[in-house]
Amino acid sequence: MTIVELMPFSVLVPLIAAPVCAMLPGRNLPWALATLAALASAVIAATVLPHVMHETLHYAFGSWEAPIGIEYRVDAANGLVALIISAAAALALLWARTSVNHELRPGSQSVFYGLTLLCLAGLMGIVMTGDAFNVFVFLEISSLSSYALIAHGRDRRALVASFRYLIMGTVGATFYLIGLGFLYIMTGTLNMVDLAQQLPAVADTRVVQMALVFIVVGTGLKAAMLPLHLWLPNAYTYAPNFASVFIAATGTKVALYVMIRMIFTVFGYQYSFSAIPLGAVLIALAVAGMFVASWIAMFQVNQKRMLAWSSIAQVAYMILGLGLGTVAGLTATFIHLFNHALMKAALFMALGTIFYRIGSVRIEAFRGLGRQMPWTLTAFALAGLSIIGVPTTAGFISKWYLILAAMETGDWLLVALIVITSLMAVVYIWRVVEAAWFHERPQGAKTVSEAPLTLLVPLWLMVGLNFWFGLDTRLPVAASGAAAKSLFGVFAGVAP
Amino acid sequence: MAALGHYNYWIVITVMMIGFYAVIARGNMMKKIMGLNLFQTAVFILFISSGKIIGGATPILEEGVTVYSNPLPHVLILTAIVVGVATTAVALALAMRINEAYGTMEDDLIIDDEARSEGDHHS
Repeated sequence: MTIVELMPFSVLVPLIAAPVCAMLPGRNLPWALATLAALASAVIAATVLPHVMHETLHYAFGSWEAPIGIEYRVDAANGLVALIISAAAALALLWARTSVNHELRPGSQSVFYGLTLLCLAGLMGIVMTGDAFNVFVFLEISSLSSYALIAHGRDRRALVASFRYLIMGTVGATFYLIGLGFLYIMTGTLNMVDLAQQLPAVADTRVVQMALVFIVVGTGLKAAMLPLHLWLPNAYTYAPNFASVFIAATGTKVALYVMIRMIFTVFGYQYSFSAIPLGAVLIALAVAGMFVASWIAMFQVNQKRMLAWSSIAQVAYMILGLGLGTVAGLTATFIHLFNHALMKAALFMALGTIFYRIGSVRIEAFRGLGRQMPWTLTAFALAGLSIIGVPTTAGFISKWYLILAAMETGDWLLVALIVITSLMAVVYIWRVVEAAWFHERPQGAKTVSEAPLTLLVPLWLMVGLNFWFGLDTRLPVAASGAAAKSLFGVFAGVAP
Repeated sequence: MAALGHYNYWIVITVMMIGFYAVIARGNMMKKIMGLNLFQTAVFILFISSGKIIGGATPILEEGVTVYSNPLPHVLILTAIVVGVATTAVALALAMRINEAYGTMEDDLIIDDEARSEGDHHS
């Protein structure tokens, strides 16, 4: 089997395993299958990535060559995102079993794991495909399964959060579809590369400009770009803890990838940044997002909601890099995409582990917990360092490259803003550290013991990765650089 | 007359805005779902009507026919309709569960209910 033939299996394995998983009896078998399928998907993605660093691989389904057939087209950009998504899913699933056993009825667990795999298959499909309509279909597969995952939360507010997410998510996906409709009306094709070749002839029309606007808004809604972020805080807060880990590490990133792919590959960056004031709008929204979301995060009592707002702020950093419209900016976006998956997964895992013992994620319940659950809260603090951007953590690498990219454009105000919002992250992480270590356990609070190893080992693995990729930056930096260059080259060298 | 020449687009815009208005302005979840359906249907019409070519025949190969309508948008929208049905099904299931949990599907009443229970116990 050649590498090209192997490529589609990173989508097919979770897709086929999903219904099987939903039908398996018991609790352990579905979990084992889901974890194995996600691991297989991650291994395939990791095998493919070195091959796409300098060239683009494509696989035509049923040997129907594009633009007639649907093809998977993988370059450094989606090769990297595919690895992030599948590896984050596999690590989250390793952590999942104890937490899911604790929070879900035994009867609904096989369906829950099946939905997780379906969501993963959808996300991987979005990333791998070279067909713009296929993106829509996979987008809805992943979205529908994530609505169901969120609705599994124990709190009844999970249902309302899921419903609101469904309404906004469907509007976002439909906006994307409207944009595609305009493109199809103008060009008669839906293949991304074919679109890129046909669009310049009709580029100077209002229809194509509006198509770009609809697609950016639609994907922006899915990526929780301020002010389209309203669905996110409640969805992350009330979802089962495993679903929060999984969706926070993967969901918004894939939407952002679609935005990047459409802006750079389909429309071409010169057109996107000149036909509409895209750069200015994205930078303005990103700065607003960094500030507003970090500000709100500082005052949250429910710490899952704090992390949710922090996610909106972190996505804003990625949008800032994209908005700069330079190779360095886009490289920073991809590096942060990679690193944010690591740190948010670690932080949500730590909160889920705390919830497993004390049944609450509210800040007042954390008082004095540092001495009773030292390993869990140390993990939280270390992952928190990464989100702040302390040197030797992955988060530092992200901030470093983002600041370099901002300096390159000579905009010192942006540099200052990045540093200031990072300091705001110090505040919201410090509040947890302070409650856990600098307060006495309140009178009458039950004494809890450290969490079981089944939760701690994957959590510390994730924290370890935050430091590993803070010190050894070769993989994210090289792949992100290659991704940014290939996007600016618009599939250079493969045009027929 | 030029404005009426593309009457399909006017229909699309009207239906889409009615649906979008219902999604945004209505507090009842059933009405929101209906609005969402209208909104999606408008986009389906946008696609399908673009496949019609004036004077074009049904896209089945036949002698003596040179101009065919474009069948591809129909196929695409068949997929999109399936997606829409699935979305509606999930939305209805959620609305039903919300109705069981809160005894209402009105957004305002649910927000009031939450505000009250937030005051009762800090969960």
